Amino acid sequence: MNLRELEPGTGQRKVGEVILAVEGVALAFGGVKALSDVSFDVREHEIRAIIGPNGAGKSSMLNVLNGVYRPQQGRITFRGETRSHMDPHRSAELGIARTFQSLALFKGMSVLDNILAGRNLMMKCNLLLQALRVGPALREEIEHRRRVEEIIDFLEIQHVRKTPVGRLPYGLQKRVDLGRALAAEPRVLLLDEPMAGMNVEEKQDMSRFILDVNDEFGTTIVLIEHDMGVVMDLSDRIVVLDYGRKIADGTPDEVRASQAVIDAYLGVKH
Amino acid sequence: MDAPAGTIDTFPRLLLRHAQTLGDRPAIREKYLGIWQAWTWGQMRGEVEALACGLAQAGLGRGAHLAVIGANRPRLYWAITAAQSLGAIPVPFYEDAVAQEMVYVFQDAEIAYAIVEDQEQADKLLEILPQCPKLKHIWYDDSRGLRHYGQPELAPYERLRDAGREKAHAEPHFFAAEIARGAPTDTAIMMYTSGTTGHPKGVVLSHDNLIASSRAYAELERLTHEEEVLAYLPMAWIGQNLFSYAQWMVVGFRINCPESADTVMNDMREIGPTYYFAPPRVLEGLLTAVTIRMEDASWVKRRMFQYFMELARRVGSRLLDGLPVAIHDHLLYFLGDLFVYAPLKNALGMSRVRVAYTAGEAIGPDLFVFYRSLGINLKQLYGSTETSVMVCVQPDGAVKPDTVGPPMKGVEIRVLESGEIVLRCPGLFRAYYKNDDATREAKDAEGWFHTGDAGFFDSTGHLKIIDRAKDVGKLSDGTLFAPKYLENKLKFFPYIKEAVAFGHGRGEATAMLNIDVQAVGDWAERRGIPYSGYTDLAAKPEVAELLRGCVEKVNADLSRDERLCGSQIHRFVVLHKELDADDGELTRTRKVRRGFIGEKYATIVDALYAGAERCIVEAQVRFEDGRVGSVRAELSVHRAKTYAAQALAA
Repeated sequence: MNLRELEPGTGQRKVGEVILAVEGVALAFGGVKALSDVSFDVREHEIRAIIGPNGAGKSSMLNVLNGVYRPQQGRITFRGETRSHMDPHRSAELGIARTFQSLALFKGMSVLDNILAGRNLMMKCNLLLQALRVGPALREEIEHRRRVEEIIDFLEIQHVRKTPVGRLPYGLQKRVDLGRALAAEPRVLLLDEPMAGMNVEEKQDMSRFILDVNDEFGTTIVLIEHDMGVVMDLSDRIVVLDYGRKIADGTPDEVRASQAVIDAYLGVKH
Repeated sequence: MDAPAGTIDTFPRLLLRHAQTLGDRPAIREKYLGIWQAWTWGQMRGEVEALACGLAQAGLGRGAHLAVIGANRPRLYWAITAAQSLGAIPVPFYEDAVAQEMVYVFQDAEIAYAIVEDQEQADKLLEILPQCPKLKHIWYDDSRGLRHYGQPELAPYERLRDAGREKAHAEPHFFAAEIARGAPTDTAIMMYTSGTTGHPKGVVLSHDNLIASSRAYAELERLTHEEEVLAYLPMAWIGQNLFSYAQWMVVGFRINCPESADTVMNDMREIGPTYYFAPPRVLEGLLTAVTIRMEDASWVKRRMFQYFMELARRVGSRLLDGLPVAIHDHLLYFLGDLFVYAPLKNALGMSRVRVAYTAGEAIGPDLFVFYRSLGINLKQLYGSTETSVMVCVQPDGAVKPDTVGPPMKGVEIRVLESGEIVLRCPGLFRAYYKNDDATREAKDAEGWFHTGDAGFFDSTGHLKIIDRAKDVGKLSDGTLFAPKYLENKLKFFPYIKEAVAFGHGRGEATAMLNIDVQAVGDWAERRGIPYSGYTDLAAKPEVAELLRGCVEKVNADLSRDERLCGSQIHRFVVLHKELDADDGELTRTRKVRRGFIGEKYATIVDALYAGAERCIVEAQVRFEDGRVGSVRAELSVHRAKTYAAQALAA
């Protein structure tokens, strides 16, 4: 059963227009085709999952979306602007943030500082003013700190606010990584295997946070995840990749019923 | 409103008084977004007025009940005062109670209105809504996750308050007029007792019950409005209500709500409370944390800690009681304070504690002495929900680890033939709600309250509690068997989280033990013993050896006591799962339900007495989300050495 159906009154949750679309994207590394002719769209405020067996091209797709990889073919449309590729800095400025499968945190820095680092694009004052903490820089810093504290409160990590990230258990580090991504106040949040390596309880917590982020901030979420139960519960729509091709696209129920998906996951006789 | 503070007789009137005389001083703080946010008494009056008006608008009338569910949050405290202002009766709930446990109280008290903290609590009430058709309004403090809920019963706290503000503006005298209608004999609060047996009972306490009790403590300890108090215990517990609500309102000091349950230790360090109240399990938890950290410390620090703690055990309590101590011990203690005690107290957040109380359960004497030897004025008191916690308290300078002190002023105590303690006091409850039979049973015609506790007065007039009267039993040879006494002794070891002792009517005493997964896990890691989880760790033979050592120490200790020598523990098992309130094995205040456990784990008890080596047990567990599963495990029965009384005496 989909988690959302358990919540009464969710019919009011508004999934909007298409905010992000890829058309005919192909990506190859030398002779290896990571993606070929993949097209799908993401609507505003929805939770969109990309799934597929190992090596299906999920992470490559995410890297195309935020500009780490340049596809050889295809177009990407984000908030009405169409490009042949994104670039990482520009995509961050436009409101795309992501978390990483293998965490991208400063291990020696506190939780607070890590999340604050996620706001660096929004820091307007120059380095000198920031260092001296005077006038506008001080006001700005207070504002940033407030937003960071709101995220800490939201993710329920007050008790480790000042703990160096490297000393936290893995599940909490994942939560901090999510916090760092949220600090950029993204329109679209890309989550790369947010539950990988977690135990059941941590997965439940993380699912709750993802739903809450989507509900509270209206953030559009694109996630890659291996845990099928989680994907089916969380997502509004799912894209299934296999060997770099899209083999299915639809609601959890549609995807679950698709013969191509069953074959890809269970294998077929050739 | 010009009456002297000492004669103001209801909580809302106390609020008005403080708003007048202490208007600009902070009344309550809450850590939010990393900052301590404060509300003055003046601001609090405004908040309570708005809330009371809003509740009145929604139809909450005199004598109606208002459920208050959640952690310590300023708004929930205001809800209590707001209800009291209207002559309505707040009913606090344990925030971690599962939905089905709440059903009975909602039905019993016919509750139509509830103010809850967040989505978690709102979900529970929505779940039980079909069983509690009277429940019509649920207001929530934190709207997170509730945005898309469409139930007509639900509304945010802000809506209630804003409606109240409008009403307060339109009818500026409404609030004061409602407060003026209140009488000191009105019910101030209803607290449901956790009930180790049967349904919980609603204890009806009036304003004058709670105020009399609060004043007695305030006078005894000379409390002032400068005290800082951390409000961190469950609101549905009378101890928390008396120390962080009733006394707060009576004395006008400050209470501080921690940021979250996980930050309590840190928040306590920041606030530095001067007046502190903790049940033994909290003190135990702190000591376990300290012990673990000391094991991680360097060799020098460890030696220093051991040396000075040894000294503290010898002279610390005597110094605190003002008894004579040798001059060189004075000097050494001074050094110890410099190097160990003061930093330790600071780490515990107890540097400024002037008076600390513990109650709720008997405290292990060693645990108690640990805190006192550091120079923390920890004292035991005795009381219950029914007596507004006002029975006995240890006076400064006459604190003994194994008594709860002499009766407080205005309290009469008798000990019956059976050993049961009966008493009369000004804090004595009106009645059990809608339960005349239970009321008559507990309170006889002359107003004596039967506590159900067994105890006696020692030679200095201090009351000593041994156990629940019904739990004190005898071994088959007639030896006294006080299970809680044994359990407390076992629980003092950091490795043992819970213990359940058996022996009534049997040849010898035995016990079930719960490991403390943090302490034992740490111990195992240090020794390179691999384990996969709780059950695996508990089943390790090395762990059994560790606990055997603990049990044998208890036995050696018991062999020194003439009356209890016979109740040494012969055999024990280490349970494969933690005893849990969700499975009904503990009460919500974390007291073991011995009878229930004995029945549930009858196979283990049989194995303990059949001389078996192993036993197989299957048990139901309830997960936090309410699902039920079952756990199967094979447990070993371990034997412990017992000591002959004479051998040690010699």
